[in-house]
Amino acid sequence: MASAKIVPVRTYILTFIALLVLLGVTTGVAYIHLGIGNTVIALVIAFVKMLLVLLFFMHLFYDKGIKRLAFAVGLLWLAILIVLSSADVFTRHWTPVPRGWGPDISLQQGPK
Amino acid sequence: MSESAITQAGRPILEEHFETLPAQEEARKLGMWVFLITEILFFGGLFATYTVYRELYLPGFTQGSHFIEVKWGAINTAVLIVSSLTMALAIRSVQVGKRKGTTLGLLGITMLLGVVFLCIKFILEWRVDYLHHHVPGINFDYAGPHAAHVKLFFLFYFYMTGLHAIHVIVGIGILLALSYLTWRGRFSPKYYSPIEVAGLYWHFVDIIWIFLFPLLYLIGGR
Repeated sequence: MASAKIVPVRTYILTFIALLVLLGVTTGVAYIHLGIGNTVIALVIAFVKMLLVLLFFMHLFYDKGIKRLAFAVGLLWLAILIVLSSADVFTRHWTPVPRGWGPDISLQQGPK
Repeated sequence: MSESAITQAGRPILEEHFETLPAQEEARKLGMWVFLITEILFFGGLFATYTVYRELYLPGFTQGSHFIEVKWGAINTAVLIVSSLTMALAIRSVQVGKRKGTTLGLLGITMLLGVVFLCIKFILEWRVDYLHHHVPGINFDYAGPHAAHVKLFFLFYFYMTGLHAIHVIVGIGILLALSYLTWRGRFSPKYYSPIEVAGLYWHFVDIIWIFLFPLLYLIGGR
């Protein structure tokens, strides 16, 4: 298979070190209380780690074209799934409950 | 190019419906990428549901998250990252035509790390969760605040880490089969797509864990 790029060992080692550093950062930051910032930082770091694995371990940095497109399409559909599912519950408290509609049930009733 | 001309260890390696070997190898890799997309959506359903319930019942989920140990989650992340490195190096060693022993050694370390991951997960985490009465449906006893939501968190925890663990077990099985084929001399620098494709799967399982770790272990800070 002449088309496949042989990635230097150095690239793999650097990717590996970067992943371990990011693991340390994400674990450390979790112990600093930042409110919503904790979740945002954790997800951003996870996303960067995913990109490192995709680009270097899974060779998307070298495999251009259809394989990148394939994965991007997968992520797009996942984003649609998560964003549309969340659109309701994340926006419920943006507007007050109209008079006569009773208390906001969204946060009051859980499974018994 | 006639298919009978391309052999590896005495076996034809070009399927009859492909014109050339590079075309076959590219198609195999793309096939794995398409499978991985279905895997994204397979796990995606759980991630989406998790996102919704976490938003609705954040205090309960935070409480539940504090019952599981960050230490083991972080160590297991590191274990999978090392295994991804050895997997990538195993593929490289076939690509550059290193001795069979080198490839087998790297595949062996990768599988061993997979087993270490599962041992930490089952013995040091799940067993302890059971002893602490944190397994919904089997042994759950928690009467503190947000009890129902803590239970829901643990349901997600076991479903998501369990589904991921099944993928690790399948990955170890695939690598075991590929180790046997490597030992039989079926791969060479001109033909190694089965190992490369298995590597894509292994790295993908690593990516799933990269997201599970912060979502389950690090909710809302510690």
